[in-house]
Amino acid sequence: MKEAKKYMNPYLGGVLLGLVLIAAFWVSGRGLGASGAVKSVVVAGVETIAPGHAETATFYTENKEGHGNPLKSWLVFEMLGVLVGGFLSGALAGRLKFKVEKGPNATNKIRLIFAVIGGIFFGFGAQLGRGCTSGSALTGMAVLSVGGFVTMAAIFGTAFALAYFARKLWL
Amino acid sequence: MGPLVVYEIISENTNFLLAFLIGISFGFVLESNGFSSSRRLAGMFYGYDTTVLKVFFTAAITAMLGLLFMSLFGWLDLSMIYINPTFLWSAIGGGVIMGIGFILGGYCPGTSFCAASIGKLDALAFIGGLFIGVFIFTEGYPLWDDFYKAKFMGSPTLNEMIGVSRGVLTFLIILVALAMFWVGEWAEKKFARKDYTINQR
Repeated sequence: MKEAKKYMNPYLGGVLLGLVLIAAFWVSGRGLGASGAVKSVVVAGVETIAPGHAETATFYTENKEGHGNPLKSWLVFEMLGVLVGGFLSGALAGRLKFKVEKGPNATNKIRLIFAVIGGIFFGFGAQLGRGCTSGSALTGMAVLSVGGFVTMAAIFGTAFALAYFARKLWL
Repeated sequence: MGPLVVYEIISENTNFLLAFLIGISFGFVLESNGFSSSRRLAGMFYGYDTTVLKVFFTAAITAMLGLLFMSLFGWLDLSMIYINPTFLWSAIGGGVIMGIGFILGGYCPGTSFCAASIGKLDALAFIGGLFIGVFIFTEGYPLWDDFYKAKFMGSPTLNEMIGVSRGVLTFLIILVALAMFWVGEWAEKKFARKDYTINQR
């Protein structure tokens, strides 16, 4: 089987990512994001499945103001693009493969269980923190927002602090 | 002059089309740098692969500088750029919870979608978790409503807070980033692992 191509030089990659971020500011004035798209899908799902509930529960009513269809949002289109762009890069580099990626001492089952748990925490935290690594930390830092620096420090600080306890998953 | 949407230079539909194209570039750059690999992302926290730090901070300083230049050339009205509001407690609380999610799950939301697009099943599981986590937040919202909105500080920027210009702060952050790149390069040698090569597939 053909060997996959090497990854890009990280500093070049960083400059390119910075340029993408600038393009986003130039177009929309708001930078990049990711978790907001998940929220849009959740809100759209609840509004479709339980419209009565969506009309009374606080979060959905507060989020409804000024919005039409929650799926018609900038971040939803952007994240659809991420799926396409990731796939293209993976295809060009020969990295398309169904696979559970994990540390050498973790089983697939453990890895998948902790991936779901991690996702739950990250999804919840991204709502509480008004954005994830993309929308709050990276974009927030680029515009020098105090909240962006605080969130970035909290995410990375916590992950470093807990790394020892999660070592069986990764080392 | 940008932002194009704010100055109504482009229509709503063009805006969404550009969002899709920007998303493609975003996903492509993330994947090309291996942000589709949970071991690579987690490597940040054990020092054996500090690509995340290098890409993240290079991107941040490129964007900071780029915004300054765009403003200087008259291409972008910085006063129209959205500054994330700061609610101090939820910024810290949300960040801590995200940090737990990062080290347990090995992805953040953007990278998980990127990884799922090339077939990583652990990323798919993480995305399933994301939906559950967001759903818990929206359904239980009345329980954390107060915490979510506590300690609102407006939309302060760090340069206003410490009383320097945007340019000076950007320069200081570039110096900090250079120091961190040096630490990152050092860590990759110090914590290198036999079972992991930084450029593996």
